Amino acid sequence: MSVDSRTRLLLSAVVALILTVLPLPRWLDVVRPAFLVLTVIYWSVNAPRAGGLAIGFFAGLMLDVFQGPVLGEHALALSLITYIAVREHQRIRSKPAIQQAMIVFAALVVYEVVLFMIDGWTGHPVTSPVRWVHTLSGALIWPPAAAILSYGAGHRL
Amino acid sequence: MAAFGTGAGRPLSGRGGSPGFRFTLYALLSVILMYLDQRAHYLEQLRYVLQAAAYPLQLAVNSPPAAWRWLQESFQTREALQAENARLRASARDLELRAMRYEALARENGELRALREALPPVADRWLPAEIVTIQLSSLRQRLLLNRGAANGVFKGQAVLDDKGLIGQTTHVGPWSAEVILITDPEHAVPVLVERTGLRTIAVGAGDTTSLALPYLPGNADIKTGDLLVSSGLGGVFPEGYPVARVTEVHRDAVQPLAQVRAAPLAHVDSDSEVMLVWFRADHPAAPAPPAGAAGDLKSGNPAMQPQPAAPKGHAAPQAAPREPAAPPAHAEPAPLPSQETAAAQPPALPAGAPTAQTAPAAATVPARGQP
Repeated sequence: MSVDSRTRLLLSAVVALILTVLPLPRWLDVVRPAFLVLTVIYWSVNAPRAGGLAIGFFAGLMLDVFQGPVLGEHALALSLITYIAVREHQRIRSKPAIQQAMIVFAALVVYEVVLFMIDGWTGHPVTSPVRWVHTLSGALIWPPAAAILSYGAGHRL
Repeated sequence: MAAFGTGAGRPLSGRGGSPGFRFTLYALLSVILMYLDQRAHYLEQLRYVLQAAAYPLQLAVNSPPAAWRWLQESFQTREALQAENARLRASARDLELRAMRYEALARENGELRALREALPPVADRWLPAEIVTIQLSSLRQRLLLNRGAANGVFKGQAVLDDKGLIGQTTHVGPWSAEVILITDPEHAVPVLVERTGLRTIAVGAGDTTSLALPYLPGNADIKTGDLLVSSGLGGVFPEGYPVARVTEVHRDAVQPLAQVRAAPLAHVDSDSEVMLVWFRADHPAAPAPPAGAAGDLKSGNPAMQPQPAAPKGHAAPQAAPREPAAPPAHAEPAPLPSQETAAAQPPALPAGAPTAQTAPAAATVPARGQP
């Protein structure tokens, strides 16, 4: 079962990465949720042993390759989020979807704050408020996204 | 979700120690990566490999829009094609006329400079590249091109279209290169106002239609409609290429600086092909080598300092008098590109260059740049 959940994890991570780098019109691009971050949070909460912290780190590294000014920036932010999610997975998992979405919103804000700080330190400050939009859209899309990701888990048991 | 709940009784600390310990490890690793990438350029090789690995995915992701464009093109009507053909023929004639005039001007200029022979155009070689992906958010304005180190592309290379400057390459992979646009908020291009010769810096505003000129005093002689051309400082772009046209000048008695906006001449959103350019290092209009830390980018990331290295091979015979202090980039030649270009291109005029597809562009575009 562990192997099975691992393949599902990798598959969903690849799909999320594609959704993240897919070229979109400008207005859609602004509200595009951080799909890969959401996916990593989902698996950290629901299968903390399948990927663990490694998935967070390597997913962050992929994001760095595609859109990071410095290698390691997204890796650090996503490792932090994964760590929090793995540590608190039992508490988060037991919450209803609405509360989960609020926790995810908080996590995304923390993630973006880390990115913001690193951007500042490395000399690429981007102060536009647009960068915070995805935290809200990510929280909004969390309930359906979690439902899609958990689909199939029931059949396999 | 129940499927994953079964092992909940087991402690989470597996083979790699507790989550806290592993997080510390990964965080340290990230910080080391950032330090190496930011400060020391030790990761150029890693970047190169990662860029190569990412390219298939980027190509695949872009394939549906590309297929759609191809379909649209192949089902274009005969009339539309004829109309386009007529328009292209007219513009070709127009450009030929300009090029004719350009030849005369170049000769005259050469004579004025008391040189024995006419100066060749500053652009030495052109390589058309297709845009694979465009990122146009207000935070990042980047292109991915389908040419890389295998084609001799080097980091910090100027990218133009037929209207003006587009940007410069930041990361080069084997078959792809990332381009930072002049409108990216992290990019700054040294320009001069064509009418007055006033030099300043145009900074990207995170919007494809505008550049900001934040460093002009309130009494600067600049007005709407002024053409901004590259000034040749900064070491990436040569002198005299059109960059933008001033759209808005706002002077406020309270503010010491004028607020000036300009619209870039290049149309990145409608382009599907752009030009990578190699410049003659020994030409008077060639990009000036960066003096010390004065780079073409605002601040911070030294990984993106310009390196005007490529056409090194051509500089050999008569380059000496022009640049007494060789720029640092010449001292440490960029690994692949310089060999590549030197091998591919013996010093020759672009018209006679073996890359046939680049010849017409070489004739026309400098004509616009240096009327």
